[in-house]
Amino acid sequence: MRFLLLFSRQGKLRLQKWFTSMSDREKKKIIRDMTTMVLARQARSCNFLQWKDLKIIYKRYASLYFCLAVESQENELLALEIIHRYVELLDKYFGNVCELDIIFNFEKAYFILDEFLMGGEIQETSKQIVNRSIEASDIPRYLKLAFTINNC
Amino acid sequence: MPAVSKGDGMRGLAVFISDIRNCKSKEAEIKRINKELANIRSKFKGDKALDGYSKKKYVCKLLFIFLLGHDIDFGHMEAVNLLSSNKYTEKQIGYLFISVLVNSNSELIRLINNAIKNDLSSRNPTFMCLALHCIANVGSREMAEAFASEIPRILVAGDTMDSVKQSAALCLLRLYKTSPDLVLMGEWTSRVVHLLNDQHMGVVTAAISLITCLSQKNPDEFKTCVSLAVSRLSRIVSSASTDLQDYTYYFVPAPWLSCKLLRLLQCYPPPEDGAVKGRLVECLETILNKAQEPPKSKKVQHSNAKNAILFEAISLIIHYDSEPNLLVRACNQLGQFLQHRETNLRYLALESMCTLASSEFSHEAVKTHIETVINALKTERDVSVRQRAADLLYAMCDRSNAKQIVAEMLSYLETADYSIREEMVLKVAILAEKYAVDYSWYVDTILNLIRIAGDYVSEEVWYRVIQIVINRDDVQGYAAKTVFEALQAPACHENMVKVGGYILGEFGNLIAGDPRSSPLVQFNLLHSKFHLCSVPTRALLLSAYIKFINLFPETKATIQEVLRCDSQIRNSDVELQQRAVEYLKLSSIASTDVLATVLEEMPPFPERESSILAKLKKKKGPGAVSVTELDDSKREGGELNGGGDRGPDTASTPSPSADLLGIRSAAPVGTAQTNAGSLLVDVFSESGPAAPSAAVNDDGFLRFVCKNNGVLFENQLLQIGIKSEYRQNLGRMYLFYGNKTSVQFASFSTTVSCPGEMQSHILSDKPVEPLVEGGAQIQQVLNIECLTDFSDAPLLNIKFRYGGALQNLTLKLPVTINKFFQPTEMSSNDFFQRWKQLSQPQQEAQKIFKANHSMDTEVLKAKLLGLGTALLDNIDPNPENYVCAGVIQTKSQQIGCLLRLEPNAQAQVEETHTHTVTAKCVRSHCL
Repeated sequence: MRFLLLFSRQGKLRLQKWFTSMSDREKKKIIRDMTTMVLARQARSCNFLQWKDLKIIYKRYASLYFCLAVESQENELLALEIIHRYVELLDKYFGNVCELDIIFNFEKAYFILDEFLMGGEIQETSKQIVNRSIEASDIPRYLKLAFTINNC
Repeated sequence: MPAVSKGDGMRGLAVFISDIRNCKSKEAEIKRINKELANIRSKFKGDKALDGYSKKKYVCKLLFIFLLGHDIDFGHMEAVNLLSSNKYTEKQIGYLFISVLVNSNSELIRLINNAIKNDLSSRNPTFMCLALHCIANVGSREMAEAFASEIPRILVAGDTMDSVKQSAALCLLRLYKTSPDLVLMGEWTSRVVHLLNDQHMGVVTAAISLITCLSQKNPDEFKTCVSLAVSRLSRIVSSASTDLQDYTYYFVPAPWLSCKLLRLLQCYPPPEDGAVKGRLVECLETILNKAQEPPKSKKVQHSNAKNAILFEAISLIIHYDSEPNLLVRACNQLGQFLQHRETNLRYLALESMCTLASSEFSHEAVKTHIETVINALKTERDVSVRQRAADLLYAMCDRSNAKQIVAEMLSYLETADYSIREEMVLKVAILAEKYAVDYSWYVDTILNLIRIAGDYVSEEVWYRVIQIVINRDDVQGYAAKTVFEALQAPACHENMVKVGGYILGEFGNLIAGDPRSSPLVQFNLLHSKFHLCSVPTRALLLSAYIKFINLFPETKATIQEVLRCDSQIRNSDVELQQRAVEYLKLSSIASTDVLATVLEEMPPFPERESSILAKLKKKKGPGAVSVTELDDSKREGGELNGGGDRGPDTASTPSPSADLLGIRSAAPVGTAQTNAGSLLVDVFSESGPAAPSAAVNDDGFLRFVCKNNGVLFENQLLQIGIKSEYRQNLGRMYLFYGNKTSVQFASFSTTVSCPGEMQSHILSDKPVEPLVEGGAQIQQVLNIECLTDFSDAPLLNIKFRYGGALQNLTLKLPVTINKFFQPTEMSSNDFFQRWKQLSQPQQEAQKIFKANHSMDTEVLKAKLLGLGTALLDNIDPNPENYVCAGVIQTKSQQIGCLLRLEPNAQAQVEETHTHTVTAKCVRSHCL
């Protein structure tokens, strides 16, 4: 995998994950290309696009587009399911995840992604295990929440 | 505040985010951000030490601001501080910040690496995983240097937790991809292979990505993985859908791992061990069988996961290309998908069939689906699917169905999406050429192509049709007739005018017998398009006109009239003006014979790879060319004529060296002598037995006969300069290649070849640099040794890529036998004594030719000296004559050579005599 982008129907970027190093200029160009290309697609088109030497796999969930770029030898259908599994993980964590959850808890969205993928490869496909390790890192959160409310 | 902040919510962060979202304008957003930045800066600079939570919150805000697209130039230090926190969430934010905003600030990298080192040795698995993630996310060289030796140890250590193993495997993979030299193979590699047997499916899934990448680079070292992978795959494939618990995805057992195992096997040839192979074939059959079973769930995730494995299995079957039974089953399965209601499956089936079409076992089976694919091309709503259908049609095309496929593609072109037209045009052009049984069909197809999609017909396509028409005389008349008809259309594409101009200029005579296409009608038709065309096309038309004057003397007056008018002869474009002036002059002063020679029909083009195919390959990238095309690529080659502005008509245009050409029209004299057995070998004459091919550019060549330094070649892109020195039978030549553009030349390479037997020996010091930067010059040194006498000059072939286009250029290297002359002084007596001795027919040669220039004494002297001989005074009783003597030094022998030049000022005729001790000798020339 090369990168994963989440953006809204209006083209607002919500999450960007780069699995290879790239300059900021390249990143900006790719973001622009992807949003225009994917948003221009008609409904019920196929979920795959050829872009340069990469395969772009995208899928819309409610108001958010998930757009994943993989190398040409990778499997498109599985890439689609990687997106789906990530959505499931977000959903499990946030409970009925919506775009706002990802905006306000962007750091969590990154952490969950990191538990699932690493360096552009799948690290763990088991939903239970991924969730367990995310939850584990969240244990003190209730204490923190109380603390936060008192302090702000 | 609209949204709940989950987890250890940072309320301040949520407030800030919601403020930003409420900003009505970009300015308001920037203002709010600047306010926040000022606040954070003052907090970081403040006297009061911040607690971990505040630090985390501010760092997180900075991260948010950065992700919005704003620059962040502080806070890195605070983030690094967070790394050493003992609280997981603080550490996590610190690592996230570092991963996203990594900076090559060396001081910080040292601190970061320190923190990572601490976490790696902490034995706390969650901390270790965070550290490994950070390394994988950043993946920089510095980190690879620091940790590349440590991570393999963590990966294979017996007491490492599973989750850490997973992270370590993928972290190592990332480092191996970025800095392969730093990841040293060792004892750990064999233990990594055995992770394929690990009980934990997650560990296997992570490890297999690493193993696949390593086996691609070191297949031998990892080949034990094949049998392990087969047995693991077999266990998964035969397991019930619930056996693997959480690794079952929508009733499909371990789809990710299955696909990765199948992909790993694609790094190797089919297993040699019969038992392993049998087991694998069984697996593949099971996967194909499962595709026929009713789905276990209606969810798309179920079918996606199941089909992902199926497609991967088909890829492996195609990769092996050795099991006809499986190949045909795969093809039938894909055939079913071609009509599936899921667009995704139709897309993938088309894509996968493309590779299947190139296997000899399944090519016929793929062809049975032609109607479905044509239908897809016509009816699919999604352009990416139509694109795949076009690709497949191209891949399945062969002689039996070419006419149908080409016709379908042409008709599709009329409505095709703009984004894929150019590629479609190339494909139609290639298929038409490759499978042309009769060339009239080919010509029709290409002209149709120009008519339907003229704008997308690149130069390569119309160059190619001209190459083919020129090389095949059975189609020339038909081509002339067809273009003539095509040009009748009131609005025809400029590319049609180019092809028309070129073909009528060459072969208009073949249809001139018909009064409906008499010479004048042809000319008027072409000229009616002239004013609507661009400069390059007009230039081409002017060349066609001068060719008309030669073909049809009756058009001369009309054409001269046209050339003479102000809009031509005073055209503001230099090229057009020059052509008009030169052609006008040429047509009025040259005799019919001279005209006939200069404007002779183009010689056949040398066979080489279709330039169109080269272009398609370039467009699609090297991997995308199907195997059927690769058969052709053994004929190395490139684009026609190096892409110069003048296009293919350069040879018929008086070039800067045209003033030297006068001698060529007198060549029959030389030929006659050759036939008479005097063995006068004409180094320069194109009518010699080994006439150079038309592709060889020898414009600059003649100028170097009498000099050693100068510019050999120059076009819009490249300038080639030469400096050379010779001593006895040895020479050294410095070639200077100058890039005249501002763009880099890539894959720059040069080769020198000696035609015929190895007569001169050329050693190049070393190959040239493959990259020539814009405006830069590179140098190459050639060492030359003359072994024996020779007549053909060595050829220099230059290839490079300019803006993606392959440029291919062949030049004659100005190494001529006279370069190895040693001047010899002698007295008048000696001279004439030897002159008389050398009077056998094979020892002498004589040539009478017309001088091109006024015979200026100094110029003549300079040229004779440049030839390398000694110019001897007071030898010949007639002081008007020039007398020269020299010895040609070759490795095998020394050849004495005497030369006399007798100018006849009245007749502007000169006569040269040369006497040499061996049969062959140089002809004097071009004075």
